[in-house]
Amino acid sequence: MTNLEIKNKIEALQSGLTFSSEDTDFLCIEVPKELLKEFLSNIKNNEDLSFDYLFALSGIDFGEDLGVIYHLESSKYKHLIQITVKTSDREDPSIDSIHEIYPAAYFNEMEAHEFFGIKFKGHPDLKNLFLPENWDKGFPMRKDYTDTNMLIR
Amino acid sequence: MKEFLTDQLKTQEYFLNMGPQHPATHGVLRLLLKLDGEIVRNVDMDLGYIHRSIEKMCERASYKQIIHLTDRLDYLSAHMNNEAVCLLAEKALNIEVNDRIKIVRTIMDELTRISSHVLWWGVTGMDIGAITTFMYGFRERELINDIFEETCGTRLTMNYNVIGGLRYDIHENFVKRTKDVLKHLKKKLPEYDKLLTNNIIFQKRLMNVGVISGEDAIAYGLNGPTARGSGVSCDIRKTHPYSAYDMVDFEEAIFTEGDSFARYKVRIKEMWESISIIEQLIDKIPNDEYKVKTKAVIKLPVGDYLQRVEASRGDFGVYVKSNGQKFPERLKFRSPGFANLTALNKMAYGLKIADLVAILSTIDVVVPDIDR
Repeated sequence: MTNLEIKNKIEALQSGLTFSSEDTDFLCIEVPKELLKEFLSNIKNNEDLSFDYLFALSGIDFGEDLGVIYHLESSKYKHLIQITVKTSDREDPSIDSIHEIYPAAYFNEMEAHEFFGIKFKGHPDLKNLFLPENWDKGFPMRKDYTDTNMLIR
Repeated sequence: MKEFLTDQLKTQEYFLNMGPQHPATHGVLRLLLKLDGEIVRNVDMDLGYIHRSIEKMCERASYKQIIHLTDRLDYLSAHMNNEAVCLLAEKALNIEVNDRIKIVRTIMDELTRISSHVLWWGVTGMDIGAITTFMYGFRERELINDIFEETCGTRLTMNYNVIGGLRYDIHENFVKRTKDVLKHLKKKLPEYDKLLTNNIIFQKRLMNVGVISGEDAIAYGLNGPTARGSGVSCDIRKTHPYSAYDMVDFEEAIFTEGDSFARYKVRIKEMWESISIIEQLIDKIPNDEYKVKTKAVIKLPVGDYLQRVEASRGDFGVYVKSNGQKFPERLKFRSPGFANLTALNKMAYGLKIADLVAILSTIDVVVPDIDR
């Protein structure tokens, strides 16, 4: 399926999405965080789309907002989309956990949690995976993080 | 007697640390095992012992510098990792590279894959208890590393790919040496089968151990040889061809059993396929420039970029969000090893500790790749 066909399919399935106008290899969609779980289970279970493979889950700091970028692929049709979810609350950012839909998200969400401080609602065990257990110096991957030991500033 | 045992001798679940310094974890990986006797009830991971925060460093590094950081991820797939960043930048800047560059890159990728897989083969044998294989694996790997040393100047972290081509032209001995190594490998790989693949003890240690179905493999995001052992067709060289992979004819190694032995067979078959790919290309290297001229400072246009390559361990991906500056705004390395480790708990549940070692070995963990 071409990007346009995927876009039409998704538009018919769900309203309230923002499609990126940039010309990229893959379709970029911004999803309001309230709709995330519903939207993902829709496109996973839809037969023509069948986005069943979570390729990557990356936390991201946009400067103002925090967010998560999901790259989803269909193992059957091999097409790929990028989904962005944003939250403007930097003090207590929270996004729904999708580990029930994609088990692959489980450890990736733990990673995004410790490095960006994003709380994934519904994740059973958001402990530190890479950082030490007693880490209290903030969230290293955020843009406003500073550390005396940082080699590159 | 049996009643007495169950009544009086009650077993209790306990925790055991495996790692961070354990020979079978292939690096500093700590697993916290919940055990019932010797049976694994839960595997909890503690990572980050060699986390170097490469993704954060990349936010303050130019694209040319980033290439140097990528071969510190999975050091056994250094060429593929370098290539991913180069291909990404070339795609974003519309740089067209010639066939010489494409073919040399592909040959280098496949040599890297063979060298990684022979090392894996040796280490797997050792994990299961066959020390000899370790020596055999290193013997073949040494020959390939010699080729790398001659052409790239280094044996492990090659940094041979640059944006727009290759760092140096290939050495004059490259073609001859590569052919010699292929000839040698074709003689030695059947020996590997005699020594290990057909060994009944070895087979019994791997068969029906760590079974994962194709459906679960997709759900848990498994990739590379690990997923192909469960019958999932996921070879990036086939599905999203890059470099010279659309010029060659090869078969994707797929086995459907989903157990450790299937994963073992996938890698053995991949070595044969790699040999065939190199043979198809080695005489076709055209005479041409080895590098396309690029700007001194590389700035990617604003946008989202993703490049995937088939590294030795699977589907390696680089995602870049660019804001038009010389540094990326966000760069994510999608590590195949981290994704493969996700399903460890599912694979190992109810098995013995020795089986967990077999599973770790056949999903081929490389810790720098997981920790990044």
